[in-house]
Amino acid sequence: MSVKEATQAVPARVRATPEPARPAKGHRAWDEAPRWQIYLPLGIYLIFTLIPFYWILLFSLRPAGSTSLVPWPMTFDHFEKVWTDRSFGTYFTNSVLVGVATLLMTTLVALAGGYALARFDFKVKRAFMLALLCSQFVPGALLLVPLFEIFAELQMINSLGSVILAETVFQLPLSMILISNFIKNVPYSLEEAAWVDGCNRMTAFRIVVLPLLRPGLIAVGSFAFVHSWNHFLFALMFLNNQDKQTIPVGLNSLMSADSVDLGALAAGGIIAAVPVVIVFAFIQKWLITGFSAGAVKG
Amino acid sequence: MAQAAAVAKPPAPPRRRRASATPRRLPYLLIAPAALLMLGFIAYPVISVFYYSLQNYNPTKPWRNGYAGFDNFVHAFTKDPVFWDTLVFSAKWVVVEVGLQLLFGLALALIVNQTFVGRGLGRALVFSPWAVSGVLTSAIWVLLYNSQTGITRYLADMGIGSYGTSWLSDTSTVFPAAVVADLWRGVPFFAILILADLQSVSKDLYEAAEVDGASRIKQFWHITLPHLKDAIILSTLLRAVWEFNNVDLLYTLTGGGPAGETTTLPLYIANTSVDAHNFGYASALTTVAFVILLFCSMVYLRLSKFGGESK
Repeated sequence: MSVKEATQAVPARVRATPEPARPAKGHRAWDEAPRWQIYLPLGIYLIFTLIPFYWILLFSLRPAGSTSLVPWPMTFDHFEKVWTDRSFGTYFTNSVLVGVATLLMTTLVALAGGYALARFDFKVKRAFMLALLCSQFVPGALLLVPLFEIFAELQMINSLGSVILAETVFQLPLSMILISNFIKNVPYSLEEAAWVDGCNRMTAFRIVVLPLLRPGLIAVGSFAFVHSWNHFLFALMFLNNQDKQTIPVGLNSLMSADSVDLGALAAGGIIAAVPVVIVFAFIQKWLITGFSAGAVKG
Repeated sequence: MAQAAAVAKPPAPPRRRRASATPRRLPYLLIAPAALLMLGFIAYPVISVFYYSLQNYNPTKPWRNGYAGFDNFVHAFTKDPVFWDTLVFSAKWVVVEVGLQLLFGLALALIVNQTFVGRGLGRALVFSPWAVSGVLTSAIWVLLYNSQTGITRYLADMGIGSYGTSWLSDTSTVFPAAVVADLWRGVPFFAILILADLQSVSKDLYEAAEVDGASRIKQFWHITLPHLKDAIILSTLLRAVWEFNNVDLLYTLTGGGPAGETTTLPLYIANTSVDAHNFGYASALTTVAFVILLFCSMVYLRLSKFGGESK
């Protein structure tokens, strides 16, 4: 409804969106709406989506003080400054370490647990499933204090390990539920056939099941990476040394400075965005298939 | 279903080696790492939050530490107006965000589920803010809302808003400004989930409806929406919990201000524990937040008849 309202409110803007060539008319299948009902709202929404991206790109590339609406003359000064003076180079390395480690740990642990949930019936299974679901309601942000105390006890404050552990733990429940659903979609008979052929359970799993789990694992792994790349509070709380901090913490300190250097902030934002954009472009196709493989339906 | 087969399996005896040599212990071994991690870093902290909620516990005022009974709770409900303010704001924030995100996400999913030229690119662009972090969203919208150089200046040129006002520091504009910023990032989540579920609607149903002369709107109400019901219920619930708990965006965008105008309960808790070091009180507030979340979720699932007839 509100999309429709918006379309009526801003008709002038619509011209600005490029309209791809109309498909040849002829048969109208059941699912075909009139073209303008697709391109008009989509175009308006895309303006809303893309202007913020353009804005940050513009600020990161145009010289300080410029008010031009196109990034020309182009400068990379902001990037150089942020990367070296504001230690985004270090933050970037830390964020990559945290992201990759979280991805690996989450996927491995969730794969093991997910397999157990999908293929066995065991005593504590119901209780375990219930715990997984309940943990969805436990906000990591509200556990900051006890978590801090645990990590202090373990001497892990100021080590990336604390953030990796915390991220993994909070990614686990959902990842495990998703993976167990993916595994349930692989017929058990395939595995049994492999046993008959002389494989043990592990080999059968590796040869038969794992390749079929690829879309699901890609979805779950990239979730874990993107979440931990983006997450802010754990890094803010558990990492005090500047040389241990991650990109979101760096961005926050750029923002909370007394006079915000907008060019530097924009450049820092672009650096923060690049890896997730790449991951996103890579997984976008898998994401939809991954979810539609029964993921949402539990 | 699949695991039912698993239980009943007597698989044909393997030729060389028994495939499941330790079928009894294996599932426990497999869930052990996950279970241990969750016990140590979720269950234990939760229990300690419950414990601290009954204590006076403030590392900067150790002489007052000790058992407090229900004092913290009594204080929150009777003597702390900020608590009530943040509770009301949290409810407002969650309802507005989830409602609008669902509405726009559903509309977008229906649009990009059609067949049209440029669909792949359209989908990718529409979904792209999904992967952007709360902090980066803040950074972007801080640039957009800047009173001198932001997009707001150009909007003022067009007669929307006035020059020189910073939307984030004015109490009358900060709420819509923060809502729009979070919508920008939140809508794709719903669009992706709903699109995923749309793909599993059987096309035969639509064809049959077409034959019966049902209009597109009727088809939407009688075929599409019932099919999406469970996905919508589950995703709105997860999203509501997430919106309630997530403090990244508001912490960095408004800091809960101006004048505490945009402080959610979790943000207030974070401030109470991090800035004021009042861990006991923060734990009591956390306990209250748990109970509220759990209660609301139960009521929501019950009222929406989740998993009801549509399966």
